[in-house]
This record gives sequence, structure tokens and C-alpha cells, in this order.
Amino acid sequence: MTFTPETEKRLQDIWSRYPAGRKRSAVIPMLMYAQDELGMVTQELIAEVAQRCEVSPLQVEEVVGYYSMLNKQKMGKHHVQVCTNIACLLMGGEELWQHTTKRLGIGHKQITADGLISLEEVECAGACSWAPCVVDGYEYHHHMTIEKLDQLLDSIQKKVQ
Amino acid sequence: MSTPAAAPPTVINFTVDGRQLSAPPGTLLIDACKRAGIEIPAFCYYEGYSLQAACRMCLVEVEKMPKLQTACTLPVMEGMIVRSETEQLTKARKGTLEFLLTNHPLDCPVCDKGGECELQDMVFRYGAGESRFTEMKNHEPERQWSPVVFYDPARCILCYRCVRACNEGMGVGALGITNRGVLSEIAPNGGDHLDCDECGACIDICPVGALTSNTYRYKTRPWEMQHVGTVCTHCSNGCKTTLGVRNDEIMRGNNRDRSGINGEFLCVKGRYGFDFNAHEERLTSPMIRINGKLEEVSWSKALGFVAEKFKSVSAAGGKFGVVAGTHLTNEELFYLQKFSRAGLKSSNIDHVRSGDFVTLLDAVSGNLTSLATADDLYNTKAALVIGADLSQQHPFLAFQLRADVRHHKAKIFTVTPGPVREAKYSAASVVVPEGQEFDALNNLTEQLKGEKELVILFGDSIKGQRVRDLVAWAGTLGIPVKYVCLVDYSNSRGAMDMGVMPNLLPGYEADPHPGMSVKQMLASDALDVLWVVGENPLRETKLASKNAFVVAHSMFLDETASTADVVFPSASAYEKNGTVTNVTGQVQRLKAAVRTMGTKTDLEILGLIAKEMGMAVEIGVWSHDVVFKEIHKSVRGYNVPLPILITGGAAVTNPVNGRVAVDVLVDEIRSAGDTLFTSGSLGRYSKLLTSVPEFPGALYKR
Repeated sequence: MTFTPETEKRLQDIWSRYPAGRKRSAVIPMLMYAQDELGMVTQELIAEVAQRCEVSPLQVEEVVGYYSMLNKQKMGKHHVQVCTNIACLLMGGEELWQHTTKRLGIGHKQITADGLISLEEVECAGACSWAPCVVDGYEYHHHMTIEKLDQLLDSIQKKVQ
Repeated sequence: MSTPAAAPPTVINFTVDGRQLSAPPGTLLIDACKRAGIEIPAFCYYEGYSLQAACRMCLVEVEKMPKLQTACTLPVMEGMIVRSETEQLTKARKGTLEFLLTNHPLDCPVCDKGGECELQDMVFRYGAGESRFTEMKNHEPERQWSPVVFYDPARCILCYRCVRACNEGMGVGALGITNRGVLSEIAPNGGDHLDCDECGACIDICPVGALTSNTYRYKTRPWEMQHVGTVCTHCSNGCKTTLGVRNDEIMRGNNRDRSGINGEFLCVKGRYGFDFNAHEERLTSPMIRINGKLEEVSWSKALGFVAEKFKSVSAAGGKFGVVAGTHLTNEELFYLQKFSRAGLKSSNIDHVRSGDFVTLLDAVSGNLTSLATADDLYNTKAALVIGADLSQQHPFLAFQLRADVRHHKAKIFTVTPGPVREAKYSAASVVVPEGQEFDALNNLTEQLKGEKELVILFGDSIKGQRVRDLVAWAGTLGIPVKYVCLVDYSNSRGAMDMGVMPNLLPGYEADPHPGMSVKQMLASDALDVLWVVGENPLRETKLASKNAFVVAHSMFLDETASTADVVFPSASAYEKNGTVTNVTGQVQRLKAAVRTMGTKTDLEILGLIAKEMGMAVEIGVWSHDVVFKEIHKSVRGYNVPLPILITGGAAVTNPVNGRVAVDVLVDEIRSAGDTLFTSGSLGRYSKLLTSVPEFPGALYKR
């Protein structure tokens, strides 16, 4: 399986973070970075990571099945995650979620027809102090309001046009 | 005066429920208690596999430790005071069970495991009869993963036992856990199916009824069966298999009581390969060829006919040839060779050979400790496998080595014609073309010199002079070396020990009047009688002698039986009493589990022919215990301790010491190359073995 040179470099660099002989440590970061490029975890990717990390494909499957941030379905160009866990919920996370689903016309773990945005309702993104929060890819948006969320979605959709 | 540094303690003293106990350092509390007869309940803990600490059932109270501790991960410590049954613990365990039962269906009345289910037993003991959980159970439908394995996710309690048994015990790693939390379930490696050894270890080790086998499911209740411990009749490893029998029908094979050398290990053949016994093509009546067609006749007619023929050929000084099967018991083999040599005055008796044990005995003569047992494979510090795909051909020996690597950090070396599973955990793995294994050993010499001891397992590519070369080479390593000469079938070793060879009497004494080997018999055009007892020598070879009178003892109308003049329907190994000797020279008892109407054991057939011929007194009583007594008394190596045998154990035959000065017909030694899913002519009649997708399998692939 071939990746873009940037991704390939990132994947190669992972090894240096772990002690020699601990190739399997790279399973999760490898899946993450490769997912960023592919937009999803494919069977081909699972086989590739298994081979690179010297584990069985089933062991990679176990990891993919366990972590909700690894998706076997195609994700949008922008994967928008709305937190509705307790802190965000108290600060209006639920309203944000309702608004987003209504505006985009899609639900949890669904993707817009143009493939631009996928949506996920998440349990705690780890930003309770700045609740409510919405995460776009790796980018955090704190103290979210419906207006700010609309601006965010506008900017995503505008970029394409 | 300086005090010497305290030596590390060799024994740890502790108290459990007021009882003073002791155990070696590093022993887990759960094991130490078990040895003292104190049962600490556990689902996920399993002796011999890695620790999981997933089920929370083994919680105990330990003084000075603030919280309840998991006994499965807690090594014993000096002065530790433990309580294993208190009100608090009962409450904790009851709570754990209540949690497990939130999703576990209460379908015990129809579940295979009902009656021998660990969860059922624990709920019975702690009485989590009521649940505070009123939500819907998360129910996923049952799945079939292979012709053997079914998985019911709802029943699964996620103890990971199957995952570890497959990964660590079998070295296959076909099972994993996918998803998270309440949605977690066991996943097979093939997406929706299993690609594995089909050994069924996962099914047996499952504490509940989540994994069930296709051969057993919904057929019987555990308490309706009799459990008969006997020895698997397929390969030469000699695994004990406990057959669950109901109404003269074998329902299942397993070895949960861990009796026998194999503990709980069984491969697909030992666990499921018993179905040939009830195959619809089983012969149940003697047959005589009348006008070119085999026709069913009575036993007395067939026996009389054969006896008359034998007598007349014998009187005319005709040539007999006897081919014995390698699935027969020692008693049958001994009796048969006695029949041939003393009764028919013929040493033309042989079996189909698969390993050159004879030359090995000769080469190591003078060294009484040079033959390895199954235990040695588990305890040795290093092992070298030459020219055999151990996981495919000798699954139990491979299992022993894997356990040795896990528990004792043993080093495994392989020299094989193709990639083998052992390579995954071996210290060095060399792949060379077939026949060049011996030459490749030199690459390992230096590395092996650094080991403390070595067990060498060699296949059929090492034979004749090569065996002597191997022993000489091993002598240069300067470390203690033991050997296992790999042979094919359940009593291949016994056939050699019992003198079913044209040039060797029982106990490897040279025969003063050597006879013909199998190949020579089949190629001789002067043969008058070919007597085949439980073997299929005509599977690929044609009989040269046109006028030979062929008598076959067989379970099925195979290539040999179908061309015979007389066919006796013989009993299978699961219908016999007697003993067999495995590849590592360990004798174990066969116990008859079932009977098939119309068949007789080969020993009985032999005895009845002897009686018809008027030679019964000379050849002896055809009862297995009488024959064994004679073997025990007269065959070198077989004066084994009887209590071991009688209690169902494996008695190690004493090594035959001294030269075995005979010519070995090297060309006749060839392993059949059976995989996990084939078993010579017998395997063809096991529907299960032939139905798994891995059938017939290939050697040297993994």
C-alpha cells in the first residue's frame, strides 16, 4: 500500500518513538495517520498495518473495533464531533447537536451527500473547562454557541465553493 | 563478623482461612490455594495461560490490604493472611455474577453446557437468583464460524480464555475481541469465519456455552454420557481422549480431566476425528470372494475358510506375508508376530514404516538417557526440529514446545523444507530444500554449543546413515542431547517394539531368520498368502503375486479390502482394550468405549483363526491382559510399572540399551506426510476432517 510522501514519512517516524523491537506500539498512531489520508480504515489498511507492525490482522481489527475514533465507514473531509457529555450538556451541547443535525440533515456517524462533512456525537472530548466544545478534525472550538457553530460550518462549506 | 547475605527464600509461608500453607515463591495465590484444596472461583484465570484479570470472581480478603485482591494475579507473600470465603466476598462475587447475568441468557435448559457450566455452578453457589437489571438484554444471533465452531455472543462472558488458548496454546491466534463495552464480542480471524487448526480448544475451554461444537451441540446432556478415557487413534503423539458415550454412540471427545500426557490438549483429530467409527460404510460382516464377488458370510464360515487355507499353504511350504497396521494395539501386534513366526513359521511380517527408530536405538546404544519423553519436550531448555512440520504432523509435541517457550523461555531451532509455525517463536529457523536438512545443521552448531541441553526431533528425512551422522554431530556439541524419532501413527512405535519387522523380534532382538519387508512382499510373485491386518498397503501399490490369497482385517472396504479374498470386519481402536505406545515411547491403555455390532477386535480374530487351525495352545490365549502380561515379562523395555498403566497414566518404556545390529531398509521408511486434517486411509472416513475448509491442509505453509 502506498501513501503520500508526507504520510509515509509520518508513519516511518513513529518507530523512533518506541523502543526497538516494540513495533506493535505503532498500531494506533499508524491507523490514525493513515486514516487521515484515506478518510477511513480500509481492510487493505488493516492488512498493511498488521504487516508493518508484525501483528496479525485480527489484532489490528481488535484495535479498530475498540476505538471509536477509528472509522471503518467513510468519513467526510471534515469530521465534526459534538460533545454531549455532562459538562458540555450543561452548557448547551445538546442544543448544538440538535442544531447541527438539523442543519446538515444527517445524524450520528453519517456523512453529507457531497462527502464534505461527517458528524459524530462524542462522549467527552476532554475540554470540559471550555464547554461546550466542538471538534473539527483535530481542531478544537471552545465555548461554542449556535452562531459560532454556524460560522464554522459556513467556512467549511465555503472553502469548497 | 559480617552476616552473609540472606539467600532468597525457597518457600513462602502464608495462611488461608486459618490454614497454614506454603508454596514456592512466585506462586499465584489462586494456584497455591487450589493445590491445598481450597477452590477460589474464577472464569478468566486459566492455568498455563497469561493472566487476564477480567472477571473479578477470584477476589479474596488479604489482611493489611485495604481492598479485595484478585487471587489470580497475587503472588503469595510471607506471612500473608488470606480469607477466601467471607460475607463480604460472597457479596462481591454475587455482584459480579449479577453483572454477568445482565446479558447472559438463562437458556440453560437447552444449552450444551448446562450441567457442566462454570457460570451455572457459580450462580448455584452464590445464588444471584434475582437481578435488579430490568433493561432489554443485548442479543446478537448465533453464528457458525466453521464446520466445527459455533459462537453465541449473548452467552459469552468475555473471559478471553478462548483468545489466549488459541494465541498462546495453539500458536494460531484465530480469535480476538472486537468492539467495546456491552457490544464486545469474540471475532474470528476470517471476518465471518475461522481460518485455523479447527482444534476446538476454544470450545472446551469456554466456561459457558458461548462456543459450541457442531458435532455435539443439542445432541445430549452431559450427565447422560459415560466418559471413557482412551488414547486417540490417529497420529503417534498418544493423546488421551475422553470419549463421551451414550447408547453405544460416541458423542464427543475431550480431555477436560487433564488425565494423560496431553493434559487438555487435543487437535481436531482427537477431539472430532472419532466419527469414522459410526461411518455408514463400516463393515459389519465377514466376506468371502465367491465367483469374483465379495459376499457376506457368517463368522464361523469365514474363520474356517481362512484357517483351512492357511493350513494347506503351510503344509505345502507356501509363502506367507503379513502386513500389520500401525493403529493396532501392542497386544495384537505381539500376538500377530507370534502367530506369524511360531504358527506360520514365517518372518515375512512388517508394518508400514515412517521413521528410522531402529538405527537411532543402535546409534545411541550405551546411553540410557537419550530418548526424550513428552515431559522432556516441556522441560527442555532447547529443542531442534529437523525436517518436520511439527504443528501439522505432531500437534501435541508442538504444543509442548510452545508451552516450554512460554513457561521456561526455551529456545527452539528448526531446520525444515518450508516455513513452519515454530519459526514464529524460534531462536533460529533454517529453510532448506528437502533432503538437505542434515547439511544445514552446521549453521547452527556454534549456537547450539551454547545451550545447556537439547532435544532433537527428526522426521523421515533423517534415516539410515544420516541418523548415525546426526548422533555423531550432536556428540560434538558437548551438551546432553535427547532424541525423538518422529513416526506417523498411534502405534507405529509399538509395531517396532513388538517385533513387527522382518528382521527384528520383539524388543529389538535380531531375528535369526529374517523375512521380507512390505515392499518385498508386495513385489514378490511367489507370495501365496498376503494377510493384511488393519492396514491398506494396496492403496498405491499393486500386488505382484497374481495367485496370492489375500486376507484383510478392515473397518472399511478400502483399496486392500476390496481386492481381498476374505475380509474380516474389525473393531476400531475405540472399541478395543489394550495398550499403545506413542512416539516418545510411552505406553498407555486403550479402553473400549463402544461396540459396533458384527465386528470383532483384531486380537479376537487372530485368536479365533489360531483356534480353528488348532494352534491356540501354542500361540496363546487371545485376551488382551494375558498377552500384555507376556509382553510385560518378555519384551525388552516393557517391564513398566503396572500401577501407572492401570490408573490410566503413561508409562515410559525403559530404553533398550545395546546394539541393534540389523540392516535397515532405508527406502521403506517414508512418512505419509499427514497434516492436521488427514490421517492416512482412516482419515478419509471421518466426515468432519474432510469437511473443514482447511482440508487437506499442506505441510510447510505457515
